[in-house]
Amino acid sequence: MTSPTPLRSTPLRTEQIILFRSSTQIFAISSGSVQEVRSVDSLAGSAAELGDSSVKKVRHVLRRTDRTLYVVNSALHFGLRPSPAALIFLLRRSRAALLVDGIEKMTTMTRLQALPPAFCNEERLWYRGLTVLDQNVIPVVNPLGFLTNEELLQLDAIANPVAAGTSPAVNEAGLSL
Amino acid sequence: MSGLEQLDSRSCVLLRLGDRRFALTADQVVELVAPSRVFRFPNRTKELDGVILRRGRVVPVCDISEPLTGKRMGARRFYLISSRATGLPGDSVAVPVSGDCELIHADLTPAGSDDSPHVAAWLSHNGEVIEVLNLTALTPAGPHTVLSEAETAMPEARA
Repeated sequence: MTSPTPLRSTPLRTEQIILFRSSTQIFAISSGSVQEVRSVDSLAGSAAELGDSSVKKVRHVLRRTDRTLYVVNSALHFGLRPSPAALIFLLRRSRAALLVDGIEKMTTMTRLQALPPAFCNEERLWYRGLTVLDQNVIPVVNPLGFLTNEELLQLDAIANPVAAGTSPAVNEAGLSL
Repeated sequence: MSGLEQLDSRSCVLLRLGDRRFALTADQVVELVAPSRVFRFPNRTKELDGVILRRGRVVPVCDISEPLTGKRMGARRFYLISSRATGLPGDSVAVPVSGDCELIHADLTPAGSDDSPHVAAWLSHNGEVIEVLNLTALTPAGPHTVLSEAETAMPEARA
């Protein structure tokens, strides 16, 4: 007599996320897409101000050894009331760094719902989707959605006018509308 | 407007928006839900009020009262969750209504070429001529353009 085959349960697919605050809104970002979290103060010396940026949400540039990062104010990006930012997320595989007000907590999401089709504008670039945590709907940001290719070209032209026309990395980091 | 030319007798849900009554064909109505918390997050689709959470699914809220009657619905409102004939799976919207809804069976007259795009058909009920709404024409069109790179690459994790 053979024993019945035990039922094999499907492992739950989960993703670690960081809940962060920008102005009055809570967002989520995959922790895997955040390379470093730094305080604004700790980067004050290494950030250079961009003169006359036509991309209003970007006021500063960070020059790292391997790349140039544009600091995106998340509140301005999402059209929220500007608020004092305390932290910067340096994003993996992106030329954007993100200014946020603070981290609420780190947690896990088990389900990412696609943005409903009725949302049909820029938010489709901004978000990977929505997740539900403790009966709250939280937008999960797309780490590649903070700067479009066009914005990166404009920023390159200001930050590094000589090399702007030859930058090879633009398409790796930005999205087209 | 699918099938209205062939089927002139249909079940419809009457709904009240302000002082006026409108109808939706019953086959596109999913359910009527009690006043629910509306979650808002930044977006650029101004026709949407936010989303509600229903049975774990996120449903966008679209107040069609303003384009139809010129007034927004009050704070105390129910939501008529309706599917849209866009061909996109799970494409539904929650329409704020007064809660005064009624299921009827009525003969429909197809809309004419002079009617507004939001009119799918007409019905007559208790001496009143009522517009049967084309919800797709009243709500944001949906991502008919190419989906973003992010979305096409998005794995939908499920519990």
